[in-house]
Amino acid sequence: MPELTLDGMRVTAPAGTTVLAALQNAGLSPLRRSLGGESRGALCGMGSCSECRAVVDGQTVRTCLTPVRDGQDVRRLLAVTREA
Amino acid sequence: MKPEPWAAVVVGAGPAGLMAARTAAEGGLRVLLLDAQPTPGGQIWRGAAAGQQGAAGELLRDVASHSGITVLSGAEIIAAEAGGQAHTLTVTTAAGTTAAGLRQIQAERVILATGATERFLPFDGWTLPGVVGAGGLQAMSKSGLDVRGQRVVVAGSGPLLLAVAAGLRQKGARVLAVAEQAGWPGVAAFGMAAARLPGKSREALALAAGLLGVPYWADCAVVRASGADQLQSVTLRRGRRELTLDCDYLAVGFGLVPDTRVAALLGCPLDDVGAVRVNAWQATGVSGVYAAGEVCGIGGVDGALLEGFVAGCAASGQIERLHDAPRRAEIQRRFQITLERSFALRPALLPMPSPQTIVCRCEDVRHGDLRGFTDWTAAKLQTRCGMGACQGRVCGPACDTLYGWRFEGVRAPLVPLPLAQLLDEPTTLSPP
Ligand SMILES: Cc1cc2nc3c(=O)[nH]c(=O)nc-3n(C[C@H](O)[C@H](O)[C@H](O)COP(=O)(O)OP(=O)(O)OC[C@H]3O[C@@H](n4cnc5c(N)ncnc54)[C@H](O)[C@@H]3O)c2cc1C
Ligand code: FES
Repeated sequence: MPELTLDGMRVTAPAGTTVLAALQNAGLSPLRRSLGGESRGALCGMGSCSECRAVVDGQTVRTCLTPVRDGQDVRRLLAVTREA
Repeated sequence: MKPEPWAAVVVGAGPAGLMAARTAAEGGLRVLLLDAQPTPGGQIWRGAAAGQQGAAGELLRDVASHSGITVLSGAEIIAAEAGGQAHTLTVTTAAGTTAAGLRQIQAERVILATGATERFLPFDGWTLPGVVGAGGLQAMSKSGLDVRGQRVVVAGSGPLLLAVAAGLRQKGARVLAVAEQAGWPGVAAFGMAAARLPGKSREALALAAGLLGVPYWADCAVVRASGADQLQSVTLRRGRRELTLDCDYLAVGFGLVPDTRVAALLGCPLDDVGAVRVNAWQATGVSGVYAAGEVCGIGGVDGALLEGFVAGCAASGQIERLHDAPRRAEIQRRFQITLERSFALRPALLPMPSPQTIVCRCEDVRHGDLRGFTDWTAAKLQTRCGMGACQGRVCGPACDTLYGWRFEGVRAPLVPLPLAQLLDEPTTLSPP
């Protein structure tokens, strides 16, 4: 089973699941902050809303479209309020 | 030298795209089937394995093993341009799936099977983590989200709510209620139309059995979601009474909207309800471009499979295989009309935004900020509504329902990309 790091926490997740599912199963449901600073979480589950963005191995991706891989480093965008 | 074109490129590997790809390959075409999702199957069969029984397994298996079909998952079309002899598609391959980067593809024929997205409507609290799309939560649970023991309220409109409630319950969620804005007459008319379709009554019975004990409330409106940093409860209105349910998820969606963005880039004309306009052979208004499935109108999996078959036959010139298609298409079309009528959105039963309610989640634009505008373009220029990361995919349909603004101005790239990827010269993906 792939082992990955979510905000510094090591977890395992079954192959074939998405990084979004891994984050939510680990209780990490707020994923980013809005421009006004409120917590936001995933909405569409299918790649259209972009609300599930997180930084995976240094790249901002939609986590609902990203399968888990061994050794992945995943960081939520909670510290960022004004994104480029 | 111009790169060699594929005989057919199918965009979208849901039921319609899988069927179109298999049929076109059976007709001798070399087919590229690509999809943004990590695995084929589309919204309904997401995560289904090729080894499983039934239509989904059979189709996935056939497509995976057919020597004439190349499948590319994790590949999203971000730009498309119609041409005389061949159409040009630009694809981004997602990080972690295949080699990341931009690819360019030439296609003599394109079959668009890009499906639909959910219609979300804004109400107070809908931006809280835990408020998710109804189909969205279904998709998340199919891709690994553990919903066991989670308290879920399913709300909004359409038969998808029932499929979602049954699916989540099967995975161990506690579905507290299904709240449908349509009235009982609409729901009953839909039930009767579905029962008349071949094979549907068995499916409906299985669905009903899966929902035994779950309250189903018609004529029911979503009022607000509440919580501090995370959803804690949802308030619904039934008749004159408001009731509040504590829950972990509010799965909410107000029907589906055809995803016509790639079609728009290719210049395909749309019909009055915003679906791709096609003729009896699933041909669009652009030469060499076909469309099938929910991108042509919302009608469920059986209609998608049928249209995929017709598009595959038409694109590969197998007209003799289409003898029965017009009759089957007529049955599907009648079912689609009943579906539209039964679950037509009723303004009084839709969630009411307050001036403070966020409408555009990406740019924090509120309902109050949008008052006074009369069209999408003016609102967009003045408030940045629809200019964030989702490019109007969420607030576009919401503004259409709330204010009657038809979402316009689809532009490439369809998703935000890292600058480095945009600056790189795309590589060409040619047939083997
Ligand atoms: C989130 C969601 C969940 C649903 N869940 C269910 C369910 O559980 N049960 C049920 O009966 N019905 C469900 N539906 C309804 C479902 O849409 C249809 O029944 C059926 O799947 C339609 O088939 P299709 O082939 O037309 O489209 P889809 O199955 O939607 O397939 C379209 C495919 O096109 C791909 N695509 C779109 N744009 C691009 C692009 N630019 N580049 C690359 N690929 C692209 C998508 O990733 C998708 O895989 C769901 C719908 C949604 C929106
Ligand atoms: S949840 Fe909407 S893009 Fe991932």
